[in-house]
Amino acid sequence: MTNQAPDLIDAIESDASESSTLRVGATKLLGSWRTAGIAIPFLLLFVILSIWSGPFLHTTNLINILDQQAATLCIAAAGTLVLVAGGIDLSVGATYGLATVVAGEIAAHHSPVLAIAAGIAVGLFVGLINGLIVTVFKINALITTLAMSFVIGGLALKVSAGNLIVLSPSGGFFKFANAQFLTVPSAVWMTILFIVVLGLLLTRTTFGRYVVASGGNAEAARLAGVRVNMTRVIAFTLSGGAAGLGGVIDISRLLSAQAASGGSALSFTVLAGIVVGGTSIAGGEGSVWRTAIGVLFIALIGNGSDLLGVDPLYKQIVLGLILLIAVGLDSWARQRRR
Amino acid sequence: MSDQTFVEDPHRTADTPGGDLVVAGVSKRFGGVPALSDVSLTIEPGKVHALIGENGAGKSTLGKIISGVITPDEGTLTFEGQPLVLRSPREALAQGIITIAQELAIVPGLTVAENVYLGSQIATGGLVRRREMRHRFRELANRAGFALSPDVRAGSLSTADQQKVEIMRALSRNASIVVMDEPSAALSGHESAALHEIIRSLARRGSAVVLISHFLSEVLSLADTITTLRDGRLVRTIEASGATEDSLIEGMLGRSLSSAFPEKRLGDPEAPAVLEVDHLSAPGVSDCSFVLRKGEILGIAGLVGAGRSELARAIFRDTKVSAGTVRLGGAELTGHSPHRSIGRGLALIPESRKEMGLMMGRSVRENVSLSRLDLVSRLGWIASIRERRTVSELMKKTTVKSTGMGQSVSMLSGGNQQKLLFARIIMCAPSVLIADEPTRGVDVGSKRAIYDLLVEMAHEGTGIIVISSELEEVLGLAHRVLVMRHGRIIAELTGQDMNEQAVLAAAFAETSGA
Repeated sequence: MTNQAPDLIDAIESDASESSTLRVGATKLLGSWRTAGIAIPFLLLFVILSIWSGPFLHTTNLINILDQQAATLCIAAAGTLVLVAGGIDLSVGATYGLATVVAGEIAAHHSPVLAIAAGIAVGLFVGLINGLIVTVFKINALITTLAMSFVIGGLALKVSAGNLIVLSPSGGFFKFANAQFLTVPSAVWMTILFIVVLGLLLTRTTFGRYVVASGGNAEAARLAGVRVNMTRVIAFTLSGGAAGLGGVIDISRLLSAQAASGGSALSFTVLAGIVVGGTSIAGGEGSVWRTAIGVLFIALIGNGSDLLGVDPLYKQIVLGLILLIAVGLDSWARQRRR
Repeated sequence: MSDQTFVEDPHRTADTPGGDLVVAGVSKRFGGVPALSDVSLTIEPGKVHALIGENGAGKSTLGKIISGVITPDEGTLTFEGQPLVLRSPREALAQGIITIAQELAIVPGLTVAENVYLGSQIATGGLVRRREMRHRFRELANRAGFALSPDVRAGSLSTADQQKVEIMRALSRNASIVVMDEPSAALSGHESAALHEIIRSLARRGSAVVLISHFLSEVLSLADTITTLRDGRLVRTIEASGATEDSLIEGMLGRSLSSAFPEKRLGDPEAPAVLEVDHLSAPGVSDCSFVLRKGEILGIAGLVGAGRSELARAIFRDTKVSAGTVRLGGAELTGHSPHRSIGRGLALIPESRKEMGLMMGRSVRENVSLSRLDLVSRLGWIASIRERRTVSELMKKTTVKSTGMGQSVSMLSGGNQQKLLFARIIMCAPSVLIADEPTRGVDVGSKRAIYDLLVEMAHEGTGIIVISSELEEVLGLAHRVLVMRHGRIIAELTGQDMNEQAVLAAAFAETSGA
């Protein structure tokens, strides 16, 4: 995916006459949709909003969007790996909630570092359990993570005793997500770094190849010597860890937490961002940076409709339609390959 | 012809059989490879018409054309004097043509009666009339002489009983033609005896039965007419009364090995063993032992379902092994993971490249380097330039033609896809290679290229096991041949004994207990 340029050179240099030109044309078109995909509608929307709404293009507004989306972006970036590996993680919302209350409880009494580490560790642990259940017990990932989200939600209530946790803005914990660097908060910097690292992990490393292979054709990958189960466990663990990180970022940003924050709404927003970004729900296909664009695209729809004073119900309808189009294009692309 | 519902037609009972089905000049190609060429025959009511031939001779293709699963490229079907155009199994059903396929088509979650009347739901306004259905089922069961309960879940039945369900479905529709593809392959001895009785009674009732079978004694005892196919062509159609097993085998062969194979360079018979399989048992494999030497090409022949692929996967440690050992280069192969097997120098070309070999949507490069990414990476980071260079060399060596290494493998021809799997394997530099159906669905030119690759790998010291349903291929490549049946190795053929006659005799020979 990142090697698109050399691949294109290959394609130009060599002789394409062997296959029928029509099929090649259709596939190339799809290929370029997959590559550019969401970027074009995103840019369009961005330009439209810049023209229609005065406050939209203000640096403050743009940084605000990124800051608000930091957690979602991190979680969706890691969730992309899970989807590409042929899984799905619906427990991220609940994991996020658990991480916020765990980090919040600890930050209230102990060191900020411990709170951050604990929040992320909780996420990693949940992810590991998800991965093990899915691979070792061979239980459908959708059901596993859905069931786990109930378990985790219950645990989060237990940890917080049902209370709203409020932290003071004086501690070091507040700085974790709110330290300013070049007028951009650290939450945004961390998110950018996280997306870049995961993007490189998927495209440039052997692990990334194994992720793609596991989702592309698990049986073939296994017979080719790929440890499919291990790959999937790692992907789920990363996803859980990202949910933990997202939770920690948000409680540090907002200084309040409760067990119910995140939840299934967050899980679905994350999934929507990934799918709108063109990652195949059937696995084997996808990219982290496009997921990031997908999440931001959804965020722009929200932000734009707020700025333009559009009735929020249209926002939901539009979002649903966009999701359907994204999934439709994906399954159409897969059928063409048959 | 399109809005049919399947009601038991009171006017078309078994006593008023349909007319002849005439197949005239039918041809079918799959991706340029001819599967059937200009086949003509007549299927008469009240008779059992057997189709025999080697694997890939075109028997199943012909059966599928008769039952509407496949549309022929050329030729016509005529039924009861009327031209017959079948675009789907549903249209064939409407004509009273029903198939009982190798893979059973029952819905495990429905009851026996519901399965029998599947697609011909006895219903008013969408509600199934259960009592009516049960009543009709009982009548039907009596007629067929089956003791099946209508309310049992079909999924809980034995294979033989599931087959009975399918047969009852055929009976419920007063099928005038019943196509049976390997009906007894999954059955035990006395179950197949029962099946034989059903086939005879179907014929007695006036249906035409098209029987596709590998079991020659079954064919001889049931069939009235026998058509032999070879390489998609009709060899002859004869009355069964004049045939013997020998004459049938002769009809299925009848061609010398072509020069499509590279010259054999026999390995050193004293070369060290690279693979020792000792009393290996696994699902579908029982008690197999053999030794493979360095540089040797060992062929494994046998009918489809004889346990060849199962043996391959048991050696590769992809399936759980219940007994026995596999030694690779003298050291025992333990655990069960393909990952470890590949690490130890054992490689597999799986029987189905689409399902088990390739990631169809991904690029040539990703597919080739997958097994040995460690060679083109450092600390998990892929060295892009090194990977491209390696893959490009391998593609040259295996003569894979593509528009570039970024091309999706789904766009490649079958031959190039298969060669790509060899590129992956060569990158693994294995000491033992198991090639399961290495040229399935591959054009002639690529076949020769793959043969050359296999011979060259053997010459360089790799021990190779070639599993193939094409007997010609096994004999043309192998230095030594093992024949499998019912999960066992039943014959080892070398030198002069390595001929089609001997292999077929061993593969088709029937054991009394089967």
